[in-house]
Amino acid sequence: MGEIKVSNKQVVIPGEVLAEGMDYVPTGSAYREEDKILSMQTGLVEVSNRVIKVIPLSGPYFPREGDTIIGRISDVLLSGWRVEMNTAYEAILPVKDAVNEFVGRGADLSKFFDIGDLIFCSVSRVTSQMLIDLSMKDRNSRKLFGGRLLGIAPVKIPRVIGKKASMVAMLKNATGCKVYVGKNGLIWIDGDPKMEQVLVKALQMIDEQAHTSGLTERVKKFLEKETGNKIGDNDELQQKN
Amino acid sequence: MLSSKSAKQHLAKYLKEGLRYDSRELDEYREITIETGVSSTAEGSARVKLGKTEVIAGIKLSLETPYPDTPENGNLMVEVSLPSLASPEYESGPPGIDAIEFSRVVDRGIREGKIIDTKKLCLRPGEKVWNVSIDIVVINNDGNIMDASGIAAMAALLDTTMPKLEGDTVSYKEKTKNRLPISSWVVPATVHKVGDHFLVDLTCEEEEASDGRLTLAAKEDGRIYALQKGGDSPLSKEELDAMLKLGLASGKKILAKLKEVLK
Amino acid sequence: MMSFSKRIDGRSLTDLRPMEAKVGVIDKADGSAYFKIGNTAAYAAVYGPRQMLPRFMQDPRKGVLRCSYSMMPFSGMGERVRPGQNRRAKEISMVTEKAILPVVDIEKFPNSVVDVFIELPQTDAGSRCAGITAAALALADAGIPMKDMISSVACGKIDDKLLVDLRYEEEAFEGEVCDIPFAFMHNSGKMTLLQGDGAVDAESLLNLFDMAKEAAEKIYEVQKNALLDKYKVEGDLDVEQ
Repeated sequence: MGEIKVSNKQVVIPGEVLAEGMDYVPTGSAYREEDKILSMQTGLVEVSNRVIKVIPLSGPYFPREGDTIIGRISDVLLSGWRVEMNTAYEAILPVKDAVNEFVGRGADLSKFFDIGDLIFCSVSRVTSQMLIDLSMKDRNSRKLFGGRLLGIAPVKIPRVIGKKASMVAMLKNATGCKVYVGKNGLIWIDGDPKMEQVLVKALQMIDEQAHTSGLTERVKKFLEKETGNKIGDNDELQQKN
Repeated sequence: MLSSKSAKQHLAKYLKEGLRYDSRELDEYREITIETGVSSTAEGSARVKLGKTEVIAGIKLSLETPYPDTPENGNLMVEVSLPSLASPEYESGPPGIDAIEFSRVVDRGIREGKIIDTKKLCLRPGEKVWNVSIDIVVINNDGNIMDASGIAAMAALLDTTMPKLEGDTVSYKEKTKNRLPISSWVVPATVHKVGDHFLVDLTCEEEEASDGRLTLAAKEDGRIYALQKGGDSPLSKEELDAMLKLGLASGKKILAKLKEVLK
Repeated sequence: MMSFSKRIDGRSLTDLRPMEAKVGVIDKADGSAYFKIGNTAAYAAVYGPRQMLPRFMQDPRKGVLRCSYSMMPFSGMGERVRPGQNRRAKEISMVTEKAILPVVDIEKFPNSVVDVFIELPQTDAGSRCAGITAAALALADAGIPMKDMISSVACGKIDDKLLVDLRYEEEAFEGEVCDIPFAFMHNSGKMTLLQGDGAVDAESLLNLFDMAKEAAEKIYEVQKNALLDKYKVEGDLDVEQ
């Protein structure tokens, strides 16, 4: 009979034995090594029935099709742009997926996006060799003017977004700032300086407490205290957005 | 990662309201922590943190031949290194121009301020003198490496004791109770110009928005021993005056902090 | 000549020096650690996976692990150490890489590099082992997938005594001394680093293997606690009203 060595919500480290025997199935950052299940990353254990999952608490961003990300134009090419996106790879944004109007061959593309411009866009293709194509066809895609760019561990981005985007909606509503969250660990913000300061502190709170429960409630309390405005419950927020 | 134009515009929006990104005043340093005796192998050492910026300075003493033009004085060498450990932007290899500039400004403050009584470091004129090597290694770069390096160098000098001598051989394992002869204290203070505003102790994010900077290394009485203007924008006399005032006031505050820690 | 009888710091032959470890000490890095054992201390910082440059060093089939060991100029027992990679530092960087590579899984990141930079502010023997221990911790902090944890310690023989974790005075003992740095994988128990400096016989070496493995387990516990400490929830997280 297999034996489980860890409890639900426990923090584990790489190489730590989570279970012995063949009765459990590993997923996430858990893996099987002969008759043992081990963790491959520092992470939180989630046990449900016979499935042992490790949710990493840190780690690099791995691009997937459909991810919305923040990138920076690093070069203007003949038929598109090269984009840096906080990974080991530079992505390509083809002109046909970025601009609605007809652009003749040889036209100067820098009038649309120039080197250094920030864009909010989505990943349209990733090959096994990590050739990445981006697209701005999604209606939320846009160029980001001015503002501030912040970095956060990519694994914590889901907490910044929240369930059904509830956290980011609360942050936007409470502070009145524009907030764009990229799956690649970049967050772009722009608003009134005092409100931006509150927003940055709230993001720091999410960063530090990403692995704890009751976070949404604490962030809500913090925002209410700092802005002096009462925040409605999450359902109302979702309807507004 | 923001373009420099965007970085300037956005910080300007804050400065107009008298605000900074991290809620500090324009003339306010981040929390300064100074710790001495952080390297058991150095003759003196110090760790300085300015917020998230962290540097370690270590002093090594050795016996050498004096320079021909100063046969009765000990030698001094200052080197700041920016290892790849401390920032994604630092590259391996020989010191770049930033590291060289930091080293030379720290060096000038200590050398010209005659901080070390180098006459007392002479064993035999023209033949044997002590060489004082100050090495400053950045551990984490979140801006203002210049001031952090200078503060760490000063704190490490004050922490330094002479190793034992056996003839002309240094016995590094045995430290004596004799301190390195220090005659006065100096620290650098750097003031940046962002638009029409002057501020101190910038983070990396704020440094992106800087138009120009002035570093001065001063003693408690306000005399200045090293100066360095940096950045691309020219400065007027009025701007220089404002930056000097802020720099001198900051230097005093840092020296007071150093005194409080090392008393 | 005096024969070796007892350790100057009063340790038993199998005792390690006092240890300290902490992760997340370098904010700019993707992962970082500080590890101190006796008077030997090491910082390690991880950057990546990031683009491998120069390009000819890229491996299109997998990510590359690159380690760099460096002593700070004031970290030697005698005179100033000249900065830069001398032959000793280059060899240690290479064996460090080889000690850690068996557990690191970066196949999903072709053409990229994971850089590990090790800097020592003070050394008193065992510096490569402290560097490897810190590097493994920093990689775990960065969330780089690792199939196992690595812990490293040097053991040795002085005259006829076998002992764990030599300090400088012991390495410099006038009698017959040999110093053998080891590194072990925690779960598999296999060895990933073995070097030797000084005379030793095969039987002693096998005994030293067992002693080192037992000592490495104690180091593993210190590493594990350092990683768990980062995610420990201290006090009440609630927002004061």
